[in-house]
Amino acid sequence: MTGNATQFQNDADRLTSDLTHRQRIQSAMTKYYAARYPRQAIFRDWQEGRQTAAETKWAGINELDKHLAEFEKNAVSRGTSVHWTSTSEQARQVIVDIIRRHNAQRIVKSKVMTSEEIHLNQLLESLGFEVVESDLGEYIQQLKNEPPYHFVFPCMHLSREEISDLFENHLGTAQTHDPEALTMIARDVLRKKYIEADIGITGANFIVAETGMISITENEGNARLTAALPRVMITLVGIEKILPRLADLALFLPMLATAGTGQPLTCYNTMYGGPRQPGEVDGPEEWHVVFLDNNRTTLLADPEQRDALHCIRCGACLNVCPIFKNVGGFSYGTTYQGPIGSVITPHLRGLQDWKHLSSASSLCGACTETCPVKIDLHHHLLHNRRNAVAEKPGRLESLLWQGFTFLMKRPWLYQTGLRVGRLLQPLHGLVKGDILDPARAWTKSRELPEIAPVSFRDYWKNRPLVSAGDRKGGPP
Amino acid sequence: MKITLFIPCFIDAIYPKVGMAMVQILEKLGHTIEFPGELTCCGQPPFNSGYWPEARRLARPVLKRLENAGAIVIGSGSCGAMLKSFYPQLFAGEPEEAAANALSAKCFEFSGFLVNQLGVTDLGASFPHKVTFHDGCHGLREMLGKQPPRELLKHVRGLELVEMTEAETCCGFGGTFATKFASISTAMGEVKCASAAETGADYMVSNDSSCLMHLKGLLDRQGRPLKTLHLAEILVQS
Amino acid sequence: MTERDKIFSRIRDALKTASPKPGSHHLGHHPTAQQPDSLTAARTAASGARDWLPSVGHTEAEWITLFTKNSFDLRTSVIVAADAGAAHRQLRALSEAEGWARVATHGHGIAAGASAALGLNQINTDGGYDVHALERCDAGISGCDALIAQTGSILLTTRSGGGRALSVLPPHHVVIARLDQMVPDLPSAYELLHHTYGPAQWPSMITIITGPSRTGDIERILVLGAHGPKKLTVILY
Ligand code: SF4
Repeated sequence: MTGNATQFQNDADRLTSDLTHRQRIQSAMTKYYAARYPRQAIFRDWQEGRQTAAETKWAGINELDKHLAEFEKNAVSRGTSVHWTSTSEQARQVIVDIIRRHNAQRIVKSKVMTSEEIHLNQLLESLGFEVVESDLGEYIQQLKNEPPYHFVFPCMHLSREEISDLFENHLGTAQTHDPEALTMIARDVLRKKYIEADIGITGANFIVAETGMISITENEGNARLTAALPRVMITLVGIEKILPRLADLALFLPMLATAGTGQPLTCYNTMYGGPRQPGEVDGPEEWHVVFLDNNRTTLLADPEQRDALHCIRCGACLNVCPIFKNVGGFSYGTTYQGPIGSVITPHLRGLQDWKHLSSASSLCGACTETCPVKIDLHHHLLHNRRNAVAEKPGRLESLLWQGFTFLMKRPWLYQTGLRVGRLLQPLHGLVKGDILDPARAWTKSRELPEIAPVSFRDYWKNRPLVSAGDRKGGPP
Repeated sequence: MKITLFIPCFIDAIYPKVGMAMVQILEKLGHTIEFPGELTCCGQPPFNSGYWPEARRLARPVLKRLENAGAIVIGSGSCGAMLKSFYPQLFAGEPEEAAANALSAKCFEFSGFLVNQLGVTDLGASFPHKVTFHDGCHGLREMLGKQPPRELLKHVRGLELVEMTEAETCCGFGGTFATKFASISTAMGEVKCASAAETGADYMVSNDSSCLMHLKGLLDRQGRPLKTLHLAEILVQS
Repeated sequence: MTERDKIFSRIRDALKTASPKPGSHHLGHHPTAQQPDSLTAARTAASGARDWLPSVGHTEAEWITLFTKNSFDLRTSVIVAADAGAAHRQLRALSEAEGWARVATHGHGIAAGASAALGLNQINTDGGYDVHALERCDAGISGCDALIAQTGSILLTTRSGGGRALSVLPPHHVVIARLDQMVPDLPSAYELLHHTYGPAQWPSMITIITGPSRTGDIERILVLGAHGPKKLTVILY
């Protein structure tokens, strides 16, 4: 097992026995379900909407080069600078160069998951810049010095008491267990930050080829302020966020809100098409769009799993995932948690190091069922398992499956095995649950099923032959 | 109609009564049953573990043997899903691709087959108990949906169906997952069992024996009084 | 080779093999060579969204009712006034009730008119503004491009909304709009945008505002006024 796999197993063992944690996640998700499903139900046809969304993304991704070029042409025509980066390192360099060129000190960020991917905050802080996360959940996580727990609900694992303690320690504010009062504390601190910041960094939910715009979905208004007040705006975005047309958003925005939080639309859905234009009164003087590949083209090169690039990061697959609900967000050790993270991380960061996430699934398919863009998530977990074995089969496991196949291909051998098992089963009681128990992984928490005295095969072979006429008794 | 019964290994070895109940029900409806006893395993365990060539070696005899079969009825949503939706993927681009697609079209999960193909919802069964239904994920999402098993239960005399909040949540079995990630599997099972127990039902019923094997193991270990039964076993009660 | 060229060449290489159309995963599929017109046959959200989105009714009266209902759910206040004079009186009543001292507005016909009628200290963002002064305003009063019945939203841009900050920095955002600015649904809102600004006059920011600023980050409990306005009022006539 790789270090990541061991860490995952250990975290999973620890967190599944932490009932308070499980309870907290469960209760947050219950609130999510209560908002989401009624909202989904008022769509005239949610399923057809999903299909349309999926096909739109499919068309966008399968002509990605054309659409990115179209975006660039349109954006540049309004004075936007577009940067292309293949790796984390390059993206970090481009951003640092922009900041240095402006002699900037203070940076305010709205939610940018891609910046977690390239560890931007750590770098900027180490270079002596002040970087402040402005999304409330991200701000709390920044104070806590932890990555986001869930890429849509960053601090869902914390209680208001813990947040109050955190604010007291870092900001010196009085204890309060009122979510509103806590929110207002952050509001006051962060308002000053937007006004003082030299640089605003944002992410993007969509890139619109047709008009050279990006679209940001948010609830708090922090992204709007980040894009309004600082004199330079930088948008870091993965190349896969493409939509061919502006009006595609008419479907994607409500679907994202419905799947993400159960809202009809989030509070602010904002499309940015350039820096401040002639005649406009505010907005940044410069706008830099930094496109990041970071192995997205590796995923693109796998036609079987290419649809994983359709993801609109709504987080729904995490919210319905029974694995996520029981092991929580940190166990994954990835930027993107849950089913989508398990599918794409092996492509972004190496199959052998991250294949364990694809195995850690019962393949229930709740993720695929909920995904607003119909990504074939649980089947991709199977594809990752297959690819990992094809690339590097486990020696012991290989033998095991060859043995299994050998046995199962020979019904007589299988039946003999069954009879032997039946004979040995009473002896199992001697070792049950202890270290010598070969079935310990099962029996630690569960009783072992008993092999029936007469198998179905034996029953079928020995049942009295009835004439066809007798059998056709007809319905009662 | 001649119906071919596919009996997965764990029904054969551990829950033969489920298979017997299916035979009894289908014969009572006037159908002829064929049971290809030489088929043992659909290949799902190696398939799920990523060992596709091994899975294909197990699946090929199944494809071949069932080539000329009519309707194929499978007593477990999970193995059903293997034949119905995963064989086509397993054999995509292989010489057997067409055969796999053809097989897919004639595979049915037991309850879906009764309700949707035979149009039968009332089997004259009677079971005066409170039950809650667990949707096996593969039955639910790869094969037929929520309705058929509930239609059948609705017509059982004396049976009171109480839905649990977590009916559609995975029980955590997942084949080799149950032992590879035992702690997660157990936690998921606990959520399911707690939700089922909350309903006050006497029985947790499902159309998938593999889920029930895991759930029964947990319930027995926890000393909960809740019992488990396969849907077919209820439908033969009178 | 620039980094751009490298990325584009990786993309082109990757796309040499087509990926299966979404929703076909229940059948066996395997990658095929690109079929030229398969992509053009794909559905597009841009032209097909209306059929799947929530129903909105057919008449203007239904849209107004729906907008009001959605606004109520979102905690947006909606005031329907008989005419411009009544709208001005409503705005004044609001100002008095909340004890406004300073407001911000912009040179948008009906918003400017309503603000002027308040007789308070005011900032007009049109000529540029001091951000601290804007932050100290009690309300930002703006126009908009349209109201969207389907979602209870306000569509505004840098042009119809007095820039990027006016509608988000002050604690209360008031939108003055005409009833005939109501559009039924999101697809209509995008049609309107194309008609007003396309293809060459796009403002640098277009926003769809759906209720006052909010967050659920603390225990998924709703709190209004996370960073943007705590209150949102639409005065319609
Ligand atoms: S994979 Fe689908 S459900 Fe999961 S985050 Fe992406 S879009 Fe949402």
